[in-house]
Amino acid sequence: MNIHEYQVKKIFDEYNLPIPKGSIINNYHDAINAAIEIGGKMWVIKAQIHSGGRGLAGGVKLAHSLKEVESLCKDMLGSKLVTNQTGPQGKIVEKVYIERGVNILYELYIAIALDRSIEMPVIIASGEGGVEIEKTAEEHPEKIIKIAIDPTIGFQDFHGRELAFKLNIPHDDVPRFVNFAKILYKIYMQDDAELIEINPLVKTKNGNYLALDGKMGLDDSALYRHRDLEELRDRHEENQVEAEAKEYGLSYVKLEGNVGCMVNGAGLAMATMDIISYSKGNAANFLDVGGGANANTVSKGFEIILRDKNVKSIFVNIFGGIVRCDRIANGILEATKNVHIGVPVIVRLDGTNAQIGSKLLKEANIPNLIVASNLEDGAQKAVNAAKE
Amino acid sequence: MSILVDKDTKVIVQGFTGREGSFHSQQCIDYGTQIVGGVTPNKGGEEHLGLPIFNTVKEAIEQTNATVSLIFVPPRFVADAIMEAASAKIKLAVVITENAPVKDIQMAKDYATKNGMQILGPNCPGIITADECKIGIMPANIFKKGNVGVISKSGTLTYEVSHQIAQVGLGVSTAIGIGGDPIIGLSFKDLLLMFEYDDNTDIMVIIGEIGGDLEIQAATFIEKNITKPVVAFIAGQTAPKGKRMGHAGAIISGSKGSAKEKMEALEKAGVIVVVSPADIGKAIKESMDKYIRVM
Repeated sequence: MNIHEYQVKKIFDEYNLPIPKGSIINNYHDAINAAIEIGGKMWVIKAQIHSGGRGLAGGVKLAHSLKEVESLCKDMLGSKLVTNQTGPQGKIVEKVYIERGVNILYELYIAIALDRSIEMPVIIASGEGGVEIEKTAEEHPEKIIKIAIDPTIGFQDFHGRELAFKLNIPHDDVPRFVNFAKILYKIYMQDDAELIEINPLVKTKNGNYLALDGKMGLDDSALYRHRDLEELRDRHEENQVEAEAKEYGLSYVKLEGNVGCMVNGAGLAMATMDIISYSKGNAANFLDVGGGANANTVSKGFEIILRDKNVKSIFVNIFGGIVRCDRIANGILEATKNVHIGVPVIVRLDGTNAQIGSKLLKEANIPNLIVASNLEDGAQKAVNAAKE
Repeated sequence: MSILVDKDTKVIVQGFTGREGSFHSQQCIDYGTQIVGGVTPNKGGEEHLGLPIFNTVKEAIEQTNATVSLIFVPPRFVADAIMEAASAKIKLAVVITENAPVKDIQMAKDYATKNGMQILGPNCPGIITADECKIGIMPANIFKKGNVGVISKSGTLTYEVSHQIAQVGLGVSTAIGIGGDPIIGLSFKDLLLMFEYDDNTDIMVIIGEIGGDLEIQAATFIEKNITKPVVAFIAGQTAPKGKRMGHAGAIISGSKGSAKEKMEALEKAGVIVVVSPADIGKAIKESMDKYIRVM
């Protein structure tokens, strides 16, 4: 689960990780009062959407007067922001964060994430803070510093010093930097984060390190022990169809093609997308109906797939295991009664009782329900049907 | 022979009396697996499925000499269950549980390693040595006995591949699901090495997917250490970047963890990489025929 910048900063503040003073608003009438409360002569107005690349897309602006604060908030609230990560449909800005402007001495990049190849959290830092960190990582990997932290010993001062010296941080600043990194690691571990990223982390002219931005992703599987964090979920930011599918135990991801897929198991679901592509077609979605595919899950699956108007055919690819194919076939037949499908459905059943299942489907004689003889045949038939 | 488990393996089940634990334990027993008891705290002394229940893993081992534990406990208790097994000197924990917090598995794996215990999973279908021993949730009838070693991140693809293997007239020695989480126990390279030294295995197939770099580690390892032929399929060749595809670990982060990157690395290591998931059985058969001719 991802959370908003203003929520991340509230967490930082609770752990005494320094942030600039700021305030969240959803109505521009509150902008001036918020800015007066924050104080100072310069404010940063930041669109609160779950996406990187906000700065380049016009979602982060500087205001030099209260009037400007108000007019920028007015423009930004309710507007659509299209970043390089939102896709062309963009996202509507429902909240803006007003923050006190600071005088920056230098900028850094710092993040913590799991390094899967060594199975430990790793602190990633760079002296090249700012917007284009991905570019730096690709073009100048030597400018990105990585230090693994073994959770058995946790973050030690030597980790922080190593980071600080590699970043060429001025000697007087080292203790403060070490402390900052130490708190960041503590947040990462205590809150079961998948990722924390601060870009930029700045040193101000009055001597503080401040997190000017904050991004945080949380381990969904650990949310049960963080009820307070679970409350930060912003349903508007989640793909509505994906979230609905999840409530029914289905795992759905929309894609750009026109062959809908319904599959049991995540690996087979990915492989189904692949074989559709191999058969010169394009999958409209990833959909894993889980191990216990039955009439209910199959009906819901059809309903969700068909919300995507690009879908011209549906490939149901089921490998029956403990759940036998004859039961799945009955589930499919029942689902075709519950849901108006309207596009050809190609079913491939294999595994336990596959022949009985396929026979049931054939005998039902439902128009537009085609039984495939194997995986390859099913994919090809589904692709052909989508082309007609 | 086979790897890790065979007809003599004695198994206990943690989370024995729950719905999943009960159903699948019975299925394993029916297959012939020597399930010798289970652990459910506070139910010690009772019986379930005609077998004794123990309060602790330590007690269960003392009474039964089990070396493997099959774990079905809910995600929030899974780290505790794994570490209890390790502490009691279980040799192999097969963890079926899905949705375990990553931090918990990191810690549990670390502790297991220190105690010499191996882990399969979490979020895996388990392990089966055909006609001898099934420790997991896979449908037994798909697996025909033979000389192909199967290692897969995905449950249903394990079944798909084992089915294709049977269709081309071959069978599996041992088939293993390693799970699709960001941190897992035994990985491709660990198991490839075991198969390399297994007399009953002549060829291995690995089924990977997007996310992480275990397949790339495997490629490097194969090049140096594996002489038997290896066939590979990577799922998610058409998956978009930055989207989690069902499994917690199946996500392309930035430019890392794509299927293309993995397929290229494996190909470079001399692995037969199959593009279409429908051709895996066929590819195994072809390389087997070639391998046998060479021998």
